[in-house]
Amino acid sequence: MSQSKLDLLQGTLDLMVLQTLEAMGAMHGYGIARRIEQVSDNEVLLNQGTIYAALVRLQQRGWIAAEWGTSDNNRKAKFYSITKGGRKQLAADSAYWHRLAGVVNRVLAMPKGEEL
Amino acid sequence: MRFSAAEFARRVRSLFQGEKQDKEMDAELQAHLEFAVEENMQRGMTEEQPRREARLRFGGVQQARELQREARSFGWLDVLRQDIRFALRTLRRDGGFTIVAVLILGLGIGVNVAVFSVVNAVLLRPLSFREPQQLLRILTKDPKGGESSSTYTADSMREMAERSHTLQSVTGYFAFSANDNVKLMGQGQPQPITGMSVAGNFFDTLGVEPLYGRFFRPEEAVHGARPVVVLSYAFWKQQYNADMNLVGQPVNLDGSPVTVVGVLSPSFDFGAVFSPGRKVDVYTPAVMEDIRHWGNTMALVGRMRPGITAAQAQAEADLVFPTLDHDTSRPANGKGYPGRLLTLKDFVSGKLRRSLLVLWAAVGLILLIVCVNLSNLLLARAATRNKEFALRTALGAGRARLIRQLVTESIVLSLAGAGLGLVLAAVTTAYLTHQTSIILPLLSSVTIDGQALAWTVALALLCGCLFGMGAAFKASGANMQEALKEGGRGATSDKGHERLRSLLVISEVALACVLLVGAGLMLRSFLRVLDVDLGFQPSQTAAISIDSNDRDSTKRAVLWHNLLDHVGAVGGVESAGISDGLPLSGNRSWDISAKGKEYRDGELQDTFVYIVSPEYLHTMGIRLLEGRDLTWDDGAKSRRVVIINQTVAHRLWPGQDPVGQTALIGGTEATVIGVAADVRETSAELPAGWQMYLSGGQFGADSPYLVVRTKLDPSALAPSVMQALRQLNPRQPATEFQLVQSLVDHAVSPRRFFAMLVAIFAALGLILAALGIYGVISYSVAQRTQEIGIRMALGSSAGKIRLDVLTRTMRMALIGLAAGALISFAASRTISSLLYGTTPNDPVTFLGMVALICVVAALAGYLPAYRASRIDPMEALRNN
Repeated sequence: MSQSKLDLLQGTLDLMVLQTLEAMGAMHGYGIARRIEQVSDNEVLLNQGTIYAALVRLQQRGWIAAEWGTSDNNRKAKFYSITKGGRKQLAADSAYWHRLAGVVNRVLAMPKGEEL
Repeated sequence: MRFSAAEFARRVRSLFQGEKQDKEMDAELQAHLEFAVEENMQRGMTEEQPRREARLRFGGVQQARELQREARSFGWLDVLRQDIRFALRTLRRDGGFTIVAVLILGLGIGVNVAVFSVVNAVLLRPLSFREPQQLLRILTKDPKGGESSSTYTADSMREMAERSHTLQSVTGYFAFSANDNVKLMGQGQPQPITGMSVAGNFFDTLGVEPLYGRFFRPEEAVHGARPVVVLSYAFWKQQYNADMNLVGQPVNLDGSPVTVVGVLSPSFDFGAVFSPGRKVDVYTPAVMEDIRHWGNTMALVGRMRPGITAAQAQAEADLVFPTLDHDTSRPANGKGYPGRLLTLKDFVSGKLRRSLLVLWAAVGLILLIVCVNLSNLLLARAATRNKEFALRTALGAGRARLIRQLVTESIVLSLAGAGLGLVLAAVTTAYLTHQTSIILPLLSSVTIDGQALAWTVALALLCGCLFGMGAAFKASGANMQEALKEGGRGATSDKGHERLRSLLVISEVALACVLLVGAGLMLRSFLRVLDVDLGFQPSQTAAISIDSNDRDSTKRAVLWHNLLDHVGAVGGVESAGISDGLPLSGNRSWDISAKGKEYRDGELQDTFVYIVSPEYLHTMGIRLLEGRDLTWDDGAKSRRVVIINQTVAHRLWPGQDPVGQTALIGGTEATVIGVAADVRETSAELPAGWQMYLSGGQFGADSPYLVVRTKLDPSALAPSVMQALRQLNPRQPATEFQLVQSLVDHAVSPRRFFAMLVAIFAALGLILAALGIYGVISYSVAQRTQEIGIRMALGSSAGKIRLDVLTRTMRMALIGLAAGALISFAASRTISSLLYGTTPNDPVTFLGMVALICVVAALAGYLPAYRASRIDPMEALRNN
């Protein structure tokens, strides 16, 4: 198992979960996982199980809250919703992500052989 | 990892809700899979496909669980818990191994903790006084005359306090208070107790607090003051059942009422600090006016001003002390002291430092041997667990995880060992503190305290890591494929194993050798001390403190004569005599010189003085080498006489016959009538000083002792002698009969203590090393059963096989011995100051120990060798 890959995934997964909850409101774990798969056009092949570790982590940090409830098809499920702290974190994380992505894009767009 | 406070709190909460949260998690995961199955069915999958697809998309369920568990609490803690649980299970399964390992570890850690508590109490822990680092013991640079030449006069003590700028106060105690010197009356028979007279500011200067009441006031330490007394805690508890109302009440001491003004706190133990082995019951204020003409009587303690160092105080003492008057009212008595200032802590434990450090090093060596042994055991075990590790590696356990698991196992083991060790140490220290025959300072304060506990845990963790590491790396590095193969024994790693294990055994033998040589040297020194000619015959002799003294020497002589006649008539008494000082116990000294000679400074020496009756020398077994003994005719009206010891004879009248010469004793003329053998006075190990014996009919005696010699058991004589004493003097207190042999035993008890302990540790080390040898050899025999079987099938004789195994054993032992002997050779120099009559490279000890180790190694190797020679080739080839 390579540790660094896992770390990177963790950060991104947390961000995706927060954004999903922010956009869709309260959802259960399966819903979140499916939603992320759909939005990404199944490009991230998510090990759905890993989402629960992320959910616990976010809960421990106080960014999301959980509550048992009933789903549309009358199943008992745990529903997650974003908290105030979670929104703040989401804002900070997405700003950071955009900046990072911008920088990476610019660096990758650098033409060959150009002197500084 | 850094957590916010809130997150930390949530994680801690999760720690205790593991089960509940596990259930919730399972429910949630279950729900997840059902959602997925449902969706898949809606999408038109059939039969097993929806479930399969759901599982596939979900990934590993167990992995998800683990991940979540890790996320919700502290991952490492959870892993640790698993590791420990697993370790406990493994260890329980392997009961025999676990018991042996815990026993060995318990022994090793136990002796370490016990010795640490002694070291801590005696060396490390500060004395239990206020600002103890400010306290100094004020001695002299030339203590050859015993107590008298390391004490000061009352006047010099006062002057010292007035003139010193480095000392804020000076105090002291009367150094010549004998044991059982006070009679407690008013409750039936007079009961002998020990009183200590101390300067009025003694307790205040030390900075101890009374448990009840108060200490002395200045007006209580003057002549004619209302008599007062302070009780020791132990005496108050034992004699008065800890009666709190006693303070302010009178008690009857020596026939007169004395008011109890205070009780000392239990933490104050006079003997432990100032005079090991001594038990003081009551304290009275010393009246300086009364003792100012008695010469050097006060043992001094000073308290430095804040910020002053002992060196500064010493520098001042070098200037001031030579000008101190001995007696300000009699300037002719001379002046000046060669003052030597020691911190009180150094005074108490300085002499023991080296011995204790050696002891500490010895148990450290034992612990190393224990670790080596455990490493060996674990390596052997790791070899048999190769397959288990390989399997777990194959199933995805990382190398780090395997190592962690093995180290956890070792630490669990060593913690269990530490638990056993603590029990052992507690028993040992409890035994030590109740030993009255070991005369060591502060021994009574030895306890297993928080520091000892911390030390135990630290040792256990250190051990666990130490012996766990080797085996762990070895095991985790094992070749997986090789190990998993049927019957595979991983030939390469096996060879590595064996080399490592041989190395461990060799180092074990080397360590044991160092221990044994050290112990051998200490034991030999101890035997040498026991062999010393003390100058008297302690066996078959007993002494008892008697209440028969008089300030008038003529009356005293009559009293003594009468008493000895009575006691001499008691059945079984072979001879009897009286002296005011016994060898190897309290002492005092006067001056002696040859009349008509001028002496340079330092040519004369303080001379131990004994005021004795006729027959005392004979009774004590002190040989009279020349001249005659004292007689009852040597009384107040006849010429003063003296018996000197050989040392005095050689120094004062070299090359002449001293008998008949005239000596000056404190200004009084006396004729030398005899020369006695030198008697060891301050210690069994130091040469005798200057000594003289004077007649009780001519010189004032201190509290006298009756000494009787008998052919019977001396203690059996006690009742009849006591009866005779009572007939003469109904006030004779019920003092104990003391065997003179016990004085000798006490004097050599510190050496006995250290020699015995080091010997026990060495024996322990040797046993452990033998176990190590045995373990390695029998393991290698078991591993090579097949090979041996083949060799035997090919015609090797049993004797040849046995010889081979033994040769291998002895080779390891000899390499270890060579290394150990070299280390011992270098290290024994460091203990040379602890030896007596033995050189650090004593060939007898070295050869003896080498021989001993060879024999033990041969024995340890013989058993497996024998077993190897009994291997049945058919059996060996069929198995495996």
